Amino acid sequence: MKRWLCAAFFISNAVFADDFAYPMQPQQVATDTYVIEGKTEDFSKKNGGFIVNTGFIVTADGVVVIDTGVSRRFGEQQRAAIEKLTGKKVVRVYITHHHPDHFLGNQTYTDVPIYALPATRDGIKAEGEMFSGNMYRMVGDWMRDTRVTPPTQDAKAGKETIGRHELEVLALQGHTAGDLALFDHTTGVLFSGDLVFNNRAATTPHATLTTWLTTLDSLQALSFKTLVPGHGNVASDTAPIAQTRAYLQWLQTTLKDAAANGLDMLEVMQTPIPADFQSVALVQNELRRSVSHLYPALEQANLKPAKQAE
Amino acid sequence: MLNYGGWLVGCLLCQVAVAAEPDPLNSPQWEAMHTRFLNGEPYTFDSKVKVEAPPEAEDSLNVPIALRVTDLPDIQEMRVFADLNPLPHVLNFRPKTVPPNLAFRMKLQQGSPVRVAVKTADGMWHVGGTYVEAAGGGCTLPSVGTSSGDWSKTLGQVSANVWQRPDNNRLRIRVMHPMDTGLASGIPTFHIENLNVKDAQGTLLAELDLYEPISENPMLSLDVGKITTFTLEGRDNNGNKIAAEVAP
Ligand SMILES: [Zn+2]
Repeated sequence: MKRWLCAAFFISNAVFADDFAYPMQPQQVATDTYVIEGKTEDFSKKNGGFIVNTGFIVTADGVVVIDTGVSRRFGEQQRAAIEKLTGKKVVRVYITHHHPDHFLGNQTYTDVPIYALPATRDGIKAEGEMFSGNMYRMVGDWMRDTRVTPPTQDAKAGKETIGRHELEVLALQGHTAGDLALFDHTTGVLFSGDLVFNNRAATTPHATLTTWLTTLDSLQALSFKTLVPGHGNVASDTAPIAQTRAYLQWLQTTLKDAAANGLDMLEVMQTPIPADFQSVALVQNELRRSVSHLYPALEQANLKPAKQAE
Repeated sequence: MLNYGGWLVGCLLCQVAVAAEPDPLNSPQWEAMHTRFLNGEPYTFDSKVKVEAPPEAEDSLNVPIALRVTDLPDIQEMRVFADLNPLPHVLNFRPKTVPPNLAFRMKLQQGSPVRVAVKTADGMWHVGGTYVEAAGGGCTLPSVGTSSGDWSKTLGQVSANVWQRPDNNRLRIRVMHPMDTGLASGIPTFHIENLNVKDAQGTLLAELDLYEPISENPMLSLDVGKITTFTLEGRDNNGNKIAAEVAP
């Protein structure tokens, strides 16, 4: 009997994997507030793109969802988990920015308003299909039947009370041209989106580092009690902001100095990682990617027009 | 493995073994590359010849590549090719008086070996390479300049700089050019064909033949000994000339 039970357990586990189930476990991080923490890994066929933090706030009028994940399957499973846990309907979705791991679950939520900053909506229109193609390549069948579903409403900076939660939309920039952070004044929870990474290297495909650093200062000035970063563990202090700032400052200085010294891209990609960041997940990969994103403009600034000869 | 010709009479099997030296990158195209770019001539995979590249291309239109060769005398020619690119031939580099080091950027249509074969005066090709994963689309997209229509005002303009260093000065050159591959529909092949780097006295330092996979607005980095002043001469496949003087 015992042996039979074991076999049954393994079979059901195998069926689960075939069903592309994300290991979704909403964690309560404050009153009425839950986070589904993703892994601090890169996209892979093994993790199905379960690498991002999504969250939800259970208000008296229904549930507010922050980011919908990487795929149709993710969005569906996220919504099912929310409704099972809370017994309430989702009334609104916020998308923090236009990167694919944050919004490709939207097609599950076409019956509720999906809010995003105008720059995020533009970014999804311009690059959504390309992102979705990349995701199919990187995580494979986890993406099946995922279609780009753009947000439907412009999010505006400012406060609004929903079901006795005073929510403030912060319209920011730096990680992308449109970074929405959501601050719940009632519970003190700040959803920072990808403006803050925690022990996972920051990504820069659409970043403006100087702007991002200024934005981090404004986030640090908020009197939050709980910080939900876009990637990495939920925190109750400003340490993830300080770490993201320190990494971005190091990145900016490294790239500027390298360009001023005439280094080629590959030489910059091989820069040793300082001790402070060596335990940060994916730091070597993200440095290489950031050199691709940010170095061309800097190196061109260090060339001079040559004298055109006859 | 060098000079195996002397064994030929005594040991035909040896020659077969040398000719079939297995490709460390396991490419199905290696024999075709050997025939096409090495003229079927003797070769050896040689750790003195290095191709550096990121393991995965973040931007398949601009994949950074660096060539470094150490301790190989009498280099005649360096040929760079990517086995699985629709246009595999990337560039030829003939360093005359400068070190055999070069960095540039290329377009990759898909994951591929990127190799350099270095021919020495004894007729042997020394081959190094690395595999680069790529998402695709690098070769069949029109250049930014061609699709935005503003390339003609800057065509052939050169920007550059020289960094004086204790061992080798560094020369970096950027030439404005669409470098269209001819694979994007309706846009013909249009690329720089050659570029010669000379010193101020006109002594030839290095020759470069560029092909379609070189990225738009080519950016080249060379190590150039103690020289500080340069002239560049070249032309594209439509006969447009490139001519510039570079000083620190
Ligand atoms: Zn992001």
